[in-house]
Amino acid sequence: MVSVVVDQVRRAKAPPLDGEGLTWGGAQERGRASSGDATPTQPSPIEGEGSIWQVLEAVPDPEIPVLGITDLGIVRHADADRVVLTPTYTGCPATHVIETMVREALDAAGYRATRIETVLTPPWTTDWITGEGRAKLKAYGIAPPLPAGVRAVECPQCGSSDTAEISRFGSTPCKSLWRCHACLEPFDHFKCH
Amino acid sequence: MPSLPTIEKDVEAKAARAPDHGAFDAPVEAAHRDALFDYLCRLGDDSLILGHRLGEWCGHAPAVEVDLSLANMALDLVGQATHFLNAAGALEGKGRDGDALAFRRDVLDFRNCLLVEQPNGDFAQTMARQFYFSTWQHLLFDHLTRSSYAPIADVAAKAVKEVAYHRVLSAEWVVRLGDGTHESRARMIAGLDWMARFVPELFESDGTVAAMAEAGIGVDPAVFRSDYESAIGAVLAEATLDAPPAQRPILGGRRGHHSEHLGHLLCVMQFLPRTYPDATW
Repeated sequence: MVSVVVDQVRRAKAPPLDGEGLTWGGAQERGRASSGDATPTQPSPIEGEGSIWQVLEAVPDPEIPVLGITDLGIVRHADADRVVLTPTYTGCPATHVIETMVREALDAAGYRATRIETVLTPPWTTDWITGEGRAKLKAYGIAPPLPAGVRAVECPQCGSSDTAEISRFGSTPCKSLWRCHACLEPFDHFKCH
Repeated sequence: MPSLPTIEKDVEAKAARAPDHGAFDAPVEAAHRDALFDYLCRLGDDSLILGHRLGEWCGHAPAVEVDLSLANMALDLVGQATHFLNAAGALEGKGRDGDALAFRRDVLDFRNCLLVEQPNGDFAQTMARQFYFSTWQHLLFDHLTRSSYAPIADVAAKAVKEVAYHRVLSAEWVVRLGDGTHESRARMIAGLDWMARFVPELFESDGTVAAMAEAGIGVDPAVFRSDYESAIGAVLAEATLDAPPAQRPILGGRRGHHSEHLGHLLCVMQFLPRTYPDATW
């Protein structure tokens, strides 16, 4: 795993390819209005130019494919010059896969000279998952992270708040395992982080 | 052979002191390079070795949920190690990266504390080790978020949230097992008793720690020792356990004086990259 990291870092820092085949993204900022339920405050420096943002929107999170990486809030900046990503967890194994997928998507869309950079600060928080992302998670059967001040985790199957945590860690580091006392179904809860 | 002009003593001394960066971009760490490399290795090695130990549980834990939690904590720790050791390699400037430091260093060059290399033992012993370590690491990283050295501050800010989880998880198991059945209680007492002798090393200060604390890069753990002891005491009280009796502290990991266990761990961890150099998969 460590060798992959280094390889990715090296690749991310490689000088840009020649500009052939470039299509420059539109200059207008794309609105990031989110649909649906209570969305906690969005992070300040999310920036993106129109068409490159659309390319990134189509890149799924490899562990929760229903969610795009932009829904997840890990794209910190995007323009034709560079795309800045931040990992969800320090050791998240999907980070390298995501970088590869972003590289492929950018190349396919003609953004061959666009660099991919990774930053750790400010650290990612589940508050950055968009409202749309939360709705997608719930529809997928994963209870989304709670907005600040809300305590009860709702069962994504039946909507009951009569739920209890079974295990702090679920199938991935970002999820915990819960059980619904109403419909008796187990479910994943995306941890607040 | 033409003779070279003699170098005057004071010129030589000046040259030795000159930073090897430009005068205007001499980084903060130039004066502390050796200590900083050592400090990064300590941070990275603690996480790496404990991450490997937890990984040994994979597929062997008492329940699938516990198996997942141990493997996921291991993942967090290996992630931290990757960042710290890559930073150490970059600072050293000899072409070694995190991989080279993890897989091609010999046991005497490892700088982890003795606590993290202790064998897993039973589940209670593993949780005792995690409880002592994660409580310490959480307090440490909390301080390191204010480090003047960005690579450390960034990783600490990221990891402190994850380590908070490790701390709560292991404390819950200490309570559950300690205040549990006769059997679980006996095992928890034995686990805590075994691990307690390695706790004083976590608070040991030496030249590296002092230099890092003075430069605002690191922290002398003495500043959070009382917080640590009251946090440990509160959990033990909830677990209805007495603090383990004071024992002769065992020190030396930070200087490369390790227990026999680390060599065996490295045999497993380093076997593949040493046998098949540059293997990728």
